Amino acid sequence: MTWILFLEQCLNGLQFGLMLFLLAAGLTLVFGIMDLINLAHGSLYMAGAYLVATLTQATGSFMLGVTLGIAATALLGMALEVLLLRGLYKRDHLSQVLATFALILIANETTRVIWGVQPLTLNVPDTLSGSVQLLPGLTYPAFRLTIILVGLAVAAALYILVVKTRIGMLIRAGASNRQMAMAMGTDIKWLFTAVFGAGAALCALAGAMLAPLLAVEVGMGESILILAFVTVVIGGIGSIRGAFIGAILVGVVDTFGRAFMPTLLRAALPPSFADAAGPALASISIYLLMVGVLFWKPRGLFPVGS
Amino acid sequence: MRKKLFFLILAGALSLSAQAADKIKIGFIGTLSGPGGVIGVAIRDGFQLGLEHAGGKLGGLPTELLIEDDQQKPDVAKQLAERMVKRDKVDIMTGIVFQNILQAVEPTVLGAETFYITPNTGPTDLAGAACNPYFFAVSWASDNYSEAVGKHLNDKGFKNVFVITPNYPGGKDVVAGLKRYYKGALAGEVYTKLGQLDYAVEISQMRAAKPDAVFLFLPGGMGVNFLKQWQQAGLGKDIPLIGTGWSFDQDTLAAVGEPTLGALNAAHWNLDTNNPTNKKFVADFEKKYGRLPNEYASQGYDAAMLIDGAVRDVKGKVEDKPALRRALEAANFKSVRGAFKFNKNHFPIQNYYLRQVIKDDKGRFVNKTVATIFTDHSDAYVAACKM
Repeated sequence: MTWILFLEQCLNGLQFGLMLFLLAAGLTLVFGIMDLINLAHGSLYMAGAYLVATLTQATGSFMLGVTLGIAATALLGMALEVLLLRGLYKRDHLSQVLATFALILIANETTRVIWGVQPLTLNVPDTLSGSVQLLPGLTYPAFRLTIILVGLAVAAALYILVVKTRIGMLIRAGASNRQMAMAMGTDIKWLFTAVFGAGAALCALAGAMLAPLLAVEVGMGESILILAFVTVVIGGIGSIRGAFIGAILVGVVDTFGRAFMPTLLRAALPPSFADAAGPALASISIYLLMVGVLFWKPRGLFPVGS
Repeated sequence: MRKKLFFLILAGALSLSAQAADKIKIGFIGTLSGPGGVIGVAIRDGFQLGLEHAGGKLGGLPTELLIEDDQQKPDVAKQLAERMVKRDKVDIMTGIVFQNILQAVEPTVLGAETFYITPNTGPTDLAGAACNPYFFAVSWASDNYSEAVGKHLNDKGFKNVFVITPNYPGGKDVVAGLKRYYKGALAGEVYTKLGQLDYAVEISQMRAAKPDAVFLFLPGGMGVNFLKQWQQAGLGKDIPLIGTGWSFDQDTLAAVGEPTLGALNAAHWNLDTNNPTNKKFVADFEKKYGRLPNEYASQGYDAAMLIDGAVRDVKGKVEDKPALRRALEAANFKSVRGAFKFNKNHFPIQNYYLRQVIKDDKGRFVNKTVATIFTDHSDAYVAACKM
């Protein structure tokens, strides 16, 4: 193993973590502030990816496609909140899980009816399709670098929004004590709709960034939703900072587990056992991380409220 | 007088039972939804086109086709199979895409002595010691494609190949098939999680390992993801990509496009396979469904045609199971792949071709047949089959 490979894997971990952060940020806010378990969060990500892919093809411009796609998904999210999810806030978590699970099924079938079963094509825009030489011997795909930059920019913007602005203050108030925030006269209804829309927009952004790298297909939301939930739980429910640290941790641990675990095991154990155990251990590494974190800090790394 | 009447009735009854059945029932269970749904839909479309070409009557018998979606869940598939075998009493079953689904269904279907014709997955145990008089594979044994790739790599003198496949039994079968014919070294052998999304880690490892080719077996969405990211990483210029036909079927090519260009792969059929049956199949498929067929669709079509030929050979007497079995074994039909016959384990003896992804004159990404790797190739398991 060389330092170049190690650095490259660090970048891979960071990029994967930042994408998870975009999904986990929306999820943690909805979960923390509205006390709503939204399993359909992954469906918004899928909707975002499909809309961005379709609009990019229709307009011929990736930038335009992304902008319109994000706006459309945000509107879709807000409509969903106003029409359906609003009625679920007072229900227990089981009803929320059942209702949003139904939404997943509806979203998947609707997508299949509209776009068909074949995955959509969305290739990387030409300007970002090459590789960039970062160090002698270390070239990295330009699009993945863009993802890292976009992820960091969004994280910084969210940090400023949540910590420095009045809206952020309301969001934090809602997350730590909803009843008290309402008693103080915060217009919770409007705030919830806005937060849900913002979460949907972040989903769409993640979908737009990942669509050129992954298959845009029915069911793409579920596979990533589980990772987003793991991230939220590790970081502490309702905490943007927790979502950020948790996402980076999950990204790096998963990447390093896959990259180095089989090699390390092969050095320490008989090859036949190492070959069988390596991939298995690598794929459960993030769940081991979650178990570890919850054992020491049952409410996650950055618990909100008291 | 009474004796006469008795004989009359007996004769009547005998002639009745010797008469052909008035219809044939086919049970089709396949994965039609979810991420694996693309494959099942292709098989179903191919099968229905075959039924249409037979005028809705397989072997001249009015055909009732029951289609169900197993959702890629073994338990769902098992329930559906039990219903079809016990309540609907189907004559022949087909349709399953994935090996784990077939494993769940196979005891029910074969235990009830119902014929099963697999249009896709070809489990190697059923080709060997567990071969069954009621089981037929119109497709391939599951390591045939990778055997062909291994033979090609070995013949061309490749010395240092990097292998990537999902960590599940199917993946290990495929790698075993590759190693049976490829004798060079492995630059790396990576088993990823089934359904993995991001392959940046593995692609970085490939870059560092500097192999002289990368062999991939990543079916469905996994392959789409890998190929997109592979092109992104810019390795395609230096390292040739080679895989089984499953990673480069027409539906994948249509979804991924550019990144697949130039990739080599092995399969038993192609769009340009040169025979009149295939030309008609490709043209009519495109006309009916608005897309080009892939090998899955060709296998679905052949499954229908195999049944059509066998039912015609037994003159519609599908309830005479020994006769129907002999007719299926004779495989009296024109396959879209060209020459086709069954080995004694009911798996095909057929050719395997090397294909390369090109851009055709309409700007579509398609496979072009560039060489024949195996002629009349069987599988490594037939010797263990005592049938």
